[in-house]
Amino acid sequence: MSRTALRPDVPAVRLEDVAKTFGVVKAVDGISLTIQPGEIVAFLGPNGAGKTTTIDMLLGLQSPTRGSVALYELPPQRAVHQGLVAAVMQSGGLLRDLTVRETVQYIAYLFPGHRPIEEILQRTGLEALASRPVYKCSGGEQQRLRFALALLPDPALLILDEPTQGMDVAGRKAFWAAIREEATQGRTVLFATHYLEEADAYADRIVMMRAGRVVADGSAAAVKSQASGRTIRATWPGASPDALSALRGVDSAEVQGATIIIRSRDTDAVARHLLTRTPAHDLEITSNGLDEAFLALTGDEPAEPALLKGATP
Amino acid sequence: MSASDVRSGRSASASRQRSGVSLGVLGLEVRRILRNRRTLLFTVGLPVIFFLLFGLNTSYASLKAGHGNVSAFIMISMALYGAVLATTGGGAVVSLERAAGWSRQLRVTPLSPLAYIAIKMLAALVLGLVAVLAVYAAGILTHKPAMPVSLWLATGAAVWVGSLLFTACGLCLGYLLPSENVMQVMSFVLVLLAFGGGLFIPLSQFPAVVQTLAHYTPLYGLNQLVHWPLIGGRLHAAWVANTAIWLVVFVGGASWLFRRDTARV
Repeated sequence: MSRTALRPDVPAVRLEDVAKTFGVVKAVDGISLTIQPGEIVAFLGPNGAGKTTTIDMLLGLQSPTRGSVALYELPPQRAVHQGLVAAVMQSGGLLRDLTVRETVQYIAYLFPGHRPIEEILQRTGLEALASRPVYKCSGGEQQRLRFALALLPDPALLILDEPTQGMDVAGRKAFWAAIREEATQGRTVLFATHYLEEADAYADRIVMMRAGRVVADGSAAAVKSQASGRTIRATWPGASPDALSALRGVDSAEVQGATIIIRSRDTDAVARHLLTRTPAHDLEITSNGLDEAFLALTGDEPAEPALLKGATP
Repeated sequence: MSASDVRSGRSASASRQRSGVSLGVLGLEVRRILRNRRTLLFTVGLPVIFFLLFGLNTSYASLKAGHGNVSAFIMISMALYGAVLATTGGGAVVSLERAAGWSRQLRVTPLSPLAYIAIKMLAALVLGLVAVLAVYAAGILTHKPAMPVSLWLATGAAVWVGSLLFTACGLCLGYLLPSENVMQVMSFVLVLLAFGGGLFIPLSQFPAVVQTLAHYTPLYGLNQLVHWPLIGGRLHAAWVANTAIWLVVFVGGASWLFRRDTARV
């Protein structure tokens, strides 16, 4: 009830040119992002892309070196303290000697007006384990317990950092079913993952991160089509990357010495053009699987891109 | 209901929560301590055993010590040892739970880090009380220690309240030592400090140099102060100074380390 009462025009998340530097390492390098209430958003990217650092800043656990972070137009810490935002954190620990129910009870004491404990235990499938000590729980069960803790304050925004880590296939399925159910009640969900399938299957919107920057942002279908497609390689000494990018059907183009590399969803048209109207020769067309495409967008081509200024596309 | 209504409603209850220490959480923390058999054995069992070993010598019952006998004197020392074990352990465990990531989990709740530490201190005080009561109960049951009833109460209360000094000591140790062996190192340090404070053996039995050094150790002043109601006589400024200086050192160190630690998350 509380979350539906939040005004729909107040964005759940607003990041403006947010950067976080640790010494010389740019963990997050200028991210701007707005998430509307009710969206299910995946942060997709390889390890070290800056997903966890971004989440830490959203939760007020780290303050950005530059830029501003607001949740429901509030500073993160206030939003967290009011129970508007809750998280399943990758590194959030549990007390080994408490039972599952005691752990839920512990956090419940801290949130006045929390959801009923029995309902939470049932929702996360922990009823049968309620009196089990945490140290006897499997990794997946502990992850479900973290999820239960996050549901307690009845948050409007749920942030999940690699939520299905340590779960088996059946556990994953059940977990996502529970998330779906939470989302249909109007909750905003933001989750980080490095599983492409997970982002594809459960998110309305995918924000792809690489080396501390957003490299793609859109619906799952849009990002997938941007990420899929084929690559053309050809020899064309002296080609101009700008001219190539301007060709119809070209998503991205680069020039490496005498070799041109073009990513496109309509490689036939591009190839026809190259062979008939330009000096390009030795054409080679390869198809990108979804995984290769993901790597193409998030991959680590230049060494240590986080350290190189402007190395990211 | 508008968004701002919801926010202010939530905010009011959240700030009410933040201002106080949650009794429910305190209850759970006390329950955790009291069902930990190892903690109970070391903090409650060990001082009782020491008292039974060192405090029951038949001659001690007839030897006068101030307003009571030597057996009562040793009982007070052992109760102090137990209470200090409890409060130091309670402080040190904060860093263990930090290493386990629990304090990170708590950072996304309205519980402030300071309130969390206050809860841990209070829970440690409950254990300290159990330790004091256990040693005093052993004293009553063995009929050896003798002193006026008012002194049983006065010394017991002094030991219990005085042990609070060592929660700050435990916090410092916890923040400074690697979490894997903080408990072992803490036990070792406390045994040394107990010798230095004269809890196990009268300081007069040590060589002169050691005696002089012992007067500067943190348990020395406190040990003298908690025995003062029994022994009577002049209250030495040096005892108060020793306790006050170590209080400043421990609390100052703990709050500095705490701030450094929470900034890092």
